Amino acid sequence: MQTTDSPVAPREVHTYYTRVDRVFRGFVAASALFSLVVLMLIAAFLLYRGFEIFSDFGFGFITNSKWDIGNPEDTSTAVLGIGAMLVGSVITAFIAIIVAVPFAMASALFIEFYAPRFLRTVLTAVLDLVAAIPSVIYGIWGYVVLLPLVEDWSGTLYKYLNWIPIFDVQTPIFGRSPLLAGLLLAIMILPIVTSVAREVYGQAPRDLIDASYALGGTKWAGIRTVVLPFGKSGLVGGAMLGLGRAMGETVAVYLTLNLVFKTNFQILASAGGNVASLIANKFGEATAYELKALMAAGLVLFLVTLLVNFLATVIVNRSRKIV
Amino acid sequence: MTTYETSTVVPAPRRPWDHTRSTAVRVAVLVFLSGIFSSVINGLTGLSGFLGWYLGLAFALPVIAFVGSVRHGWNLASDRIATALITVAFAAVTIPWVSIFVTVYQKGSKAFHAKYLTDDMRITPSSDLIQYGGVAHAIIGTLIMVLIASLIAVPLGILAAVYIVEIKGRFAKLVRFLTQAMSGVPSIVAGLFIYATVVVFFGGFSAWAGALSLVILMLPTVARTSEEILKIVPDDLRTASYALGATQARTTFRVVLPTVASGLVTAAVLGIARVVGETAPLILTASYFVAKSTSLTEPIASLPIYIFSSLGLGDDNATTRAWGGSLVLLGVVFILFAIARTISTRLSRK
Repeated sequence: MQTTDSPVAPREVHTYYTRVDRVFRGFVAASALFSLVVLMLIAAFLLYRGFEIFSDFGFGFITNSKWDIGNPEDTSTAVLGIGAMLVGSVITAFIAIIVAVPFAMASALFIEFYAPRFLRTVLTAVLDLVAAIPSVIYGIWGYVVLLPLVEDWSGTLYKYLNWIPIFDVQTPIFGRSPLLAGLLLAIMILPIVTSVAREVYGQAPRDLIDASYALGGTKWAGIRTVVLPFGKSGLVGGAMLGLGRAMGETVAVYLTLNLVFKTNFQILASAGGNVASLIANKFGEATAYELKALMAAGLVLFLVTLLVNFLATVIVNRSRKIV
Repeated sequence: MTTYETSTVVPAPRRPWDHTRSTAVRVAVLVFLSGIFSSVINGLTGLSGFLGWYLGLAFALPVIAFVGSVRHGWNLASDRIATALITVAFAAVTIPWVSIFVTVYQKGSKAFHAKYLTDDMRITPSSDLIQYGGVAHAIIGTLIMVLIASLIAVPLGILAAVYIVEIKGRFAKLVRFLTQAMSGVPSIVAGLFIYATVVVFFGGFSAWAGALSLVILMLPTVARTSEEILKIVPDDLRTASYALGATQARTTFRVVLPTVASGLVTAAVLGIARVVGETAPLILTASYFVAKSTSLTEPIASLPIYIFSSLGLGDDNATTRAWGGSLVLLGVVFILFAIARTISTRLSRK
C-alpha cells in the first residue's frame, strides 16, 4: 500500500518583492496619497489664512448675518458673519434636492426599465454629457431663459399660496430669488443623482423581479416591491452627492441669486446668497481683512461639503455592498 | 406500439411582456386624448405656452390612463398610472436639456463671424459691435491651462488607480475614499486654496495657478475612471507575466497599462471635459487677459471667464459675446465627449 505522505519535505516557497518592485510600490503609494496631502493642505492653508477671523469673531462668524467691513483702516470696526449665506446655501440646496430627487427617481426608472434597449445606451450617454455641461452655461441659461419663467410662476405662487410663510414676500417683486437658484441647481444636479440611482436600480436582484412577474405582478409591482426598497439607500446617497454639489456651486448661484446679507426664508423674495457665491462676489475688491474672512468662509464651506460627501460616500458604498 | 406525430410547426413562444400592436394603438389614443384634454384645461385656466400645455398633459395622462384601465382592477390601473407618471416625468427632465442646447445654439451662432475663432479682444471692448474681436485668446488660454493640468493630473490619477487595483496596498480603501472626498471639493474652494498658496507666494494671477486649481478638480475623475478601467484587465494577463518572471513594475507598465491604453485616454478626456468649463477657480487664480498670451506667469484668458465677464456687463453686444463663448465651450465639451465615447466603444468591442 502506498502512503500519501512523502519523505521529502515540500519546497518552501518565498514571495518577496525585488528591489525594483519595492521602489515601484513605494513610488505609486506616494503618488496615490497625493489626494490626502492636498485635502490636508487645503484645510491647513485656509485655516492659517482665516485664523484671525475665527479668533476675532469666534462662533459668531457662523451665526452672524452681517457683512460690514466698517472702516477699512481699522479692522476692529468690521462685523463679518456668514450666517445668512449658510442659510442661503442650505435653502437653495434643499429646494434643489426636493425638486430633483423625484424626477431623478423617475428618470432612473425610465432609463433602466421602460426605455427600449437602443434608447437606454443613448440616454446613458446623454446623461453623462448633460452632467458635463459647464456651470457657467447653466448659469447664463438660468439667467436668460429660466428667470422670466420663474418670475411668472412666483407671481402665481404668491397669489394663491402667500398664506404659507415661505411663499410670502414684503413686496411682490420677484427676480433672482432662492426659488430660481434652487430650481436651476435642481436641473444641474439631476444628472448626477439620476446616474447614481440608475446604477443602484440596475443592480436590483433580477430573480426577485422575475419572481414578481411570475406571481402575476405588473412591472410597477416589481419596481415597487423589489427595485425601490433595494435602491433606497443608493438613492439617499445619490441625493446627498447632489446636495454637496448644490451647496458648493458658485457661478450658477452667483448669476441667479441676488446677494443680500439678510437671513431670508422667503424663497420668492429677491434676496439671498450662498457661501460660494459670496466668495466669488466679494473676492474682486476685498480688503486684506475681508480676504481673510473669505478664506474662513471657504474653510467652513470645505468642511460642510466634505462632511456631506463623506456621508454620501458611506451610504452609496454600503448600498453597493448589499449586492 | 404508439407513434407520436412530430409536428413540423414550432409554435412561436408567447412573450406576454412584449409590446404588441394593440399597446401601440392604446398609447397613441391615450396621448392623443390627453393632448386634447390638456388643450381644454389650458383654455379653461390661465395656463399658456408649451410648458402650460405640458403641465396639462402631465395631469391628464395619468388620469386618463387610470380611467381607461380601472375596470380591469387596481393592479393594472396602478401599473398604467406609474408608467404614465414615470414617462411624463422623464420627458419633463429633457425639456431644460433641449432648451439649453437650442438656446446656446440660437443665441451663440449670432456672435459668430468669419474671424470669431481667430481674433482676440485686445482692441475691442466687450460692448463693441459683434463683428469685431473674437475668442481666440480664450481658446488659447483654456488649452494651455487644461494641457498643463492634464500633464499633472492624468499621471497622478492613473497612479492612484494603479495603487488601488494593482498594488492593493494597505491604504487602498483610504485612497479610494479620499479620491471620492476630493471629487466633492467645491470648485471655488480649490481656487481659494491655490490663491492662498501659489498666487500669494508668487505674487499674482497666472496660468500656472489656474492650471494647478484645475488639477485638484480633474484628479478625482481621472482616478475613478482609470480604476474602473484597470479592473477589466483579466488576471490571467498578470499571472502570465509573473510566471515569465516579470517584476510587478514591468507587469504594470508593459502588460496592464498598454492593454487598456485607450481606456486610460478615455479617463483623461473625461477629466478634461470635467474641468474645461470651470469658472469659479479661474476667477481666483488665472483672472483674465484680453489679448492672446502664452506666458505662464501672467494672467491669462479662458473660455468660461470670457463668458462670465461678458455677461456681467449687461450690454446687449456683451451678452451676445457670452452666448458665443458658451457655444464654443459647449462645442468643445461635445467634441471631448465624442472622442471619449468613440475610444471606449472601440475598447469594449475588443
